[in-house]
Amino acid sequence: MTSHGKRRAALIGALSAAAIVIAIMALSGIGDNLVYSWSPSELLAARQKAVGATVRLGGQVEVGSLERVQPGEPLRFRVTDGKESVAILANAVPPAMFREGIGVVIEGTLRKDGHFETQRLMVKHNNEYQAPEEGEMVNAKELERTLEGEV
Amino acid sequence: MRGKFQWEHAVLLLALVLLTVGTYIGLAVAPPERHMGDVQRIMYVHVPTAWIAMLSLTVAFVAAIGSLWSGKHKWDAAVVGSTETGVVLTGLLLSQGMIWARATWGVWWDWDVRLTTSLVMFILFAGVLALRASVDSAERRASWSAVAIIVAYADVPLVYFCVRWWRSLHQVQSTPETVDAAMMLPLRINAFGMLFLATWFIVRRARLELAQRQVEETTLPERRSVEEVQHA
Repeated sequence: MTSHGKRRAALIGALSAAAIVIAIMALSGIGDNLVYSWSPSELLAARQKAVGATVRLGGQVEVGSLERVQPGEPLRFRVTDGKESVAILANAVPPAMFREGIGVVIEGTLRKDGHFETQRLMVKHNNEYQAPEEGEMVNAKELERTLEGEV
Repeated sequence: MRGKFQWEHAVLLLALVLLTVGTYIGLAVAPPERHMGDVQRIMYVHVPTAWIAMLSLTVAFVAAIGSLWSGKHKWDAAVVGSTETGVVLTGLLLSQGMIWARATWGVWWDWDVRLTTSLVMFILFAGVLALRASVDSAERRASWSAVAIIVAYADVPLVYFCVRWWRSLHQVQSTPETVDAAMMLPLRINAFGMLFLATWFIVRRARLELAQRQVEETTLPERRSVEEVQHA
């Protein structure tokens, strides 16, 4: 075969390989086996199996669930997916954007008593970027302060 | 080549003007984000960097197909320019993303699907450059790196679509409906600025590659050793 023919054969081979990789990733449901995070419903459904394993729990901080605690004590709140909710004990400095109603991803373990214990608390941002409403002040000092905290 | 005006320098000038104006508006005129504050302003470089990194690697993919199909040097030169530019932009993308992540998510890194596929993109295309550096024959270098780029490119659509297909920490793409109009303006200006800046880098690097190739081809057959020159 000429080098011309070899090159074009290589082109077809490479394009096929790339197409197969994309098709597998898109269609095979490989993502279902590589679950990034569990919802509270999924975690509670798998309860016995999940106890003690390190998993990520994703959901929203339940409105009204955030408890005031003394400095040094773990943060207590509940994470919900709208159907089920899980009680969280977080030994972590929360990111500045942490608040009730916001999305979070929490890496930790479910204890036998039903509490989910974590030292890695991540806040999820949605795809909305809006200016402050009139009269609303953005507290930049607060943002900067939390960046200095050890997580 | 000397003395002839090269069009890409006009593009570079335009890029610098746009990036200056866009960054000024982004830092000084646009409002802070209502929950994120000033940290959100990193968007005006992060998002254009992401778009143009993926675009550069798409150019590399097209050039790799052209190179394998035709065997012409100019396609291989385009492969070099766009791959190197794409790798640099992807490296910047990861660094900016980590800074933004620390400030908003609370962590520098997490193995979520968007971050992981982006890191894979960086490693794969940096690997293509390492491969190029290790092959002496120009013909083989062109063919092998083109094949490697086409296979590596499979990751690029994954970087884009993964946040829609799978759960992740990274949010899905914003749209003009989800971003304040006052933030869209500097974002768009900087995106065009980044596009023109990358164009300049790609074209300059491609011209350099063509010139090197020309030098190799015209001098190699009669290249003399240092001793020969000294004794002549």
